[in-house]
Amino acid sequence: MKLTLKIWRQDGPNAKGDFVTYQVDDILPDMSFLEMLDVLNERLIAEGTEPIAFDSDCREGICGMCGLMISGYAHGPKQTTTCQLHMRSFSDGETITIEPWRADPFPVIRDLVVDRSAFDRIIASGGFISVNTGSAPEAHAAPVPKENADRAFVAAECIGCGACVAACPNASAMLFTAAKVTHLGELPQGQPERYSRVVSMLNQHDAEGFGGCTNIGECSAACPKGIPQDVISTLNADLRHALRTGR
Amino acid sequence: MALIDGLYTEGEKIADTKAPNVPIERKWTQRKFDAALVNPANRRKLSVIIVGTGLAGGAAAATLGEAGYRVKSFCYQDSPRRAHSIAAQGGINAAKNYKEDGDSVFRLFYDTVKGGDYRARETNVYRLAEVSANIIDQCVAQGVPFAREYGGLLDNRSFGGVQVSRTFYARGQTGQQLLIGAYQALERQVAAGTVEMFSRHEMLELIVSDGPDGKRARGIIARDLVTGEIETHLADAVVLASGGYGNVFFLSTNAMGSNVTATWRAHRKGAYFANPCYTQIHPTCIPVSGDHQSKLTLMSESLRNDGRIWVPKRREDCDKDPRDIPEEDRDYYLERIYPAFGNLVPRDIASRQAKNVCDEGRGVGPMVGDFRRGVYLDFADAIARLGEDAVRAKYGNLFDMYAQITGENPYETPMRIYPAVHYTMGGLWVDYDLESSIPGLFVAGEANFSDHGANRLGASALMQGLADGYFVLPNTIRDYLAKGPFEELSEADAAVAEARKSVEDRTQKLLSINGERSVDSFHRELGNIMWEYCGMERTAEGLQKAIDLIRALRDEFWRNVRVLGAADTLNQSLEKAGRVADFLELGELMCIDALHRRESCGGHFRAESQTEDGEALRHDDEFAYVGAWEFTPGTAESGIDSGTMGPPVLHKEDLVYQAIELKQRSYK
Ligand SMILES: Cc1cc2nc3c(=O)[nH]c(=O)nc-3n(C[C@H](O)[C@H](O)[C@H](O)COP(=O)(O)OP(=O)(O)OC[C@H]3O[C@@H](n4cnc5c(N)ncnc54)[C@H](O)[C@@H]3O)c2cc1C
Ligand code: FES
Repeated sequence: MKLTLKIWRQDGPNAKGDFVTYQVDDILPDMSFLEMLDVLNERLIAEGTEPIAFDSDCREGICGMCGLMISGYAHGPKQTTTCQLHMRSFSDGETITIEPWRADPFPVIRDLVVDRSAFDRIIASGGFISVNTGSAPEAHAAPVPKENADRAFVAAECIGCGACVAACPNASAMLFTAAKVTHLGELPQGQPERYSRVVSMLNQHDAEGFGGCTNIGECSAACPKGIPQDVISTLNADLRHALRTGR
Repeated sequence: MALIDGLYTEGEKIADTKAPNVPIERKWTQRKFDAALVNPANRRKLSVIIVGTGLAGGAAAATLGEAGYRVKSFCYQDSPRRAHSIAAQGGINAAKNYKEDGDSVFRLFYDTVKGGDYRARETNVYRLAEVSANIIDQCVAQGVPFAREYGGLLDNRSFGGVQVSRTFYARGQTGQQLLIGAYQALERQVAAGTVEMFSRHEMLELIVSDGPDGKRARGIIARDLVTGEIETHLADAVVLASGGYGNVFFLSTNAMGSNVTATWRAHRKGAYFANPCYTQIHPTCIPVSGDHQSKLTLMSESLRNDGRIWVPKRREDCDKDPRDIPEEDRDYYLERIYPAFGNLVPRDIASRQAKNVCDEGRGVGPMVGDFRRGVYLDFADAIARLGEDAVRAKYGNLFDMYAQITGENPYETPMRIYPAVHYTMGGLWVDYDLESSIPGLFVAGEANFSDHGANRLGASALMQGLADGYFVLPNTIRDYLAKGPFEELSEADAAVAEARKSVEDRTQKLLSINGERSVDSFHRELGNIMWEYCGMERTAEGLQKAIDLIRALRDEFWRNVRVLGAADTLNQSLEKAGRVADFLELGELMCIDALHRRESCGGHFRAESQTEDGEALRHDDEFAYVGAWEFTPGTAESGIDSGTMGPPVLHKEDLVYQAIELKQRSYK
């Protein structure tokens, strides 16, 4: 396959970035999108040009490290991670635009690499159950109805990649935040902190500069794990409860 | 001293001195009792550096933070949640005996030692089995969404050929869910101020001070991968939980960034590296599709429960559509050679036989290099017997994953699989306290060597990582920390300045060579050598050849690598170059270790050591020991290479089995 790639290049956090156009050929349909970039990078190194910086680690769709805006779609045209996208999803001769996630709380570090540490701070603000090692009761002490366990699991599948933010016109991280609120809130172990959790996580979400949710739904559509939007309704319900009861 | 095989020398024997001398069931309780306590008020004065935020490092950082120590935690990814533990699919073992099927601590212990082909240290494995049940309690309390039955209780399955159901799982994402649990506990401590997190930081050197009371690990030199700044971090103790080194093979199921740098740098500073040649090769991975391939993807080996493995009998048929090859022209080689176990033989046997048939020219799939690397895993019989829906219910997500990666539909045409490097049992030598041969340097998780012997049982790496991190290390490290705080060090101290300078020099050197070849091209070539000669089947001749090839390649690397860009920005080529430089040294040690171990055992087959019918032959009389290697620097006279590595010194730790009797395994 032959492709024209318009790729965002930016030397550093404060540098001005711009698109640079590259032509690639000899791209095989079986290559993953990132392997296609590997091939281009090898060529750039041979030519003496610095390779394009982009993040990836597991390349199995589970660590959440990769993430590119591909012709305007977070992770590209399929509902998957960038590392699990293959070139057979594109056609010969196509022009592909490749950009980093665009959102103020995710500043660009270099080329296609962004800083997503805001997500860690949202988790640190309350996305956990306070239980010290060694103080846990026997696992079977609290059965969890399968229905709750399954819903908790669906929410817990979030890989923290940031596609929801990149896809949202408001740059909201509500899907990410709500997924954690729902995961822990569905479980008996998560009840004691359920309402304080939602308040503190939302405060942190806002403090990081993420926008509000206006129910557009681009987040779920872009989510490689298909986290459903109803987790946001759960978050809203828990928030109302917290505000009403003052806890 | 005279070199053995022209490659190494042998030094004094070593032994663990920390496991108390009481019956095996009481050792851990006794050790916890004997280990000194640290007064809660003093814990704030004691600091610990933990490199790695996988199950082992993440759990240890959270637990030590909760206890009140000052913890600094490091990972190279942008968030601790992305450590490679996240990729584990299958499950985690624990001796809960919820199924009342005869499981017990002793049985899990026994299965693990046997699975490791009697090359693991008995005392450590017993403790692992003993604390396994606590892991599940801890994870459930944190909100890990394990699979549950309709009654709300936890579900278990049987995994990796064991006869009891002791594996806990969370769909095919067990590692992810366990890691997120540990990560959340870690972030809770970050918020509490007990843990300081350094993401996108790579440890490049260990600081070992040499004071009046001897050597101690006292800190690390790390590079901030965003700014390029070289930083010094000092502490009272250092923990390495930096994962495995399977990426020495270039292609593996490990993450792109998985590396040996942290442990290799410690090895160069005096930590013994034990059993480096013990690698696990997993039989059911998606085959390589071409030269561009950057990593391999594992599929759960549960597929072998219903899939039948075959290749064409004749080479001429290899490029035919498999559906057009009649039954009589197919070779179901595992069923043929191992009628009793058939497609369910252990991982190493399934892997080796797959490589054998491909080496014979009977592999299938695309040509990669000069031959086809793949065998069929066929579900046609299962679909005929159970129906497509039943097969979909059992394996749907794996079939989808396969279809997504290969573009083929496994319901219609047989899957293709090939073995891939998956786990490294070798690692830094540690004693019962997980302390290495450098005082104050502790090693946890896949980075140490301690629990899996020559082969790892499925679902026990997650167990080990969390056992080490939550329960073992926090109890043993306090015995060491109780002696602290140690004297203040500063940037001006010789040990610190030397470590820092060596990192700066190396960085500058890598950037200044400006040769012709990219880092990846060296890495790929090293991987080919390792796979060919130090993979599933090894021979003395092949290993000798590999050592020569690796030395030549390392030499070329330091003359001809091309690393563009600068030291003071995000520079991914520079990161890779440092990792590959260390792999080029490790690869040689792995080959030396493999060469000296003239027996077939666990995951590896030594061609010169087989029974008459071609099965692995272990030599307990000669090799029932841990091979722990000490680094020696190269000198011009040693003539070994351009001066970086001298001949290593082998220290043997005899393996003493008191609770279990040694047996040869047989699958025929
Ligand atoms: C695809 C796959 C599937 C698996 N499935 C299973 C399974 O079903 N059951 C099972 O029991 N086991 C399984 N395993 C094995 C198991 O996942 C690993 O052995 C285990 O998770 C390792 O955990 P760890 O904490 O030791 O290291 P890792 O999780 O690998 O973490 C390493 C950490 O060290 C950091 N690090 C490394 N080097 C440096 C450095 N130089 N500087 C700073 N930080 C550094 C990394 O950033 C990371 O945080 C699987 C492995 C793979 C690859
Ligand atoms: S690299 Fe891990 S999800 Fe893509």
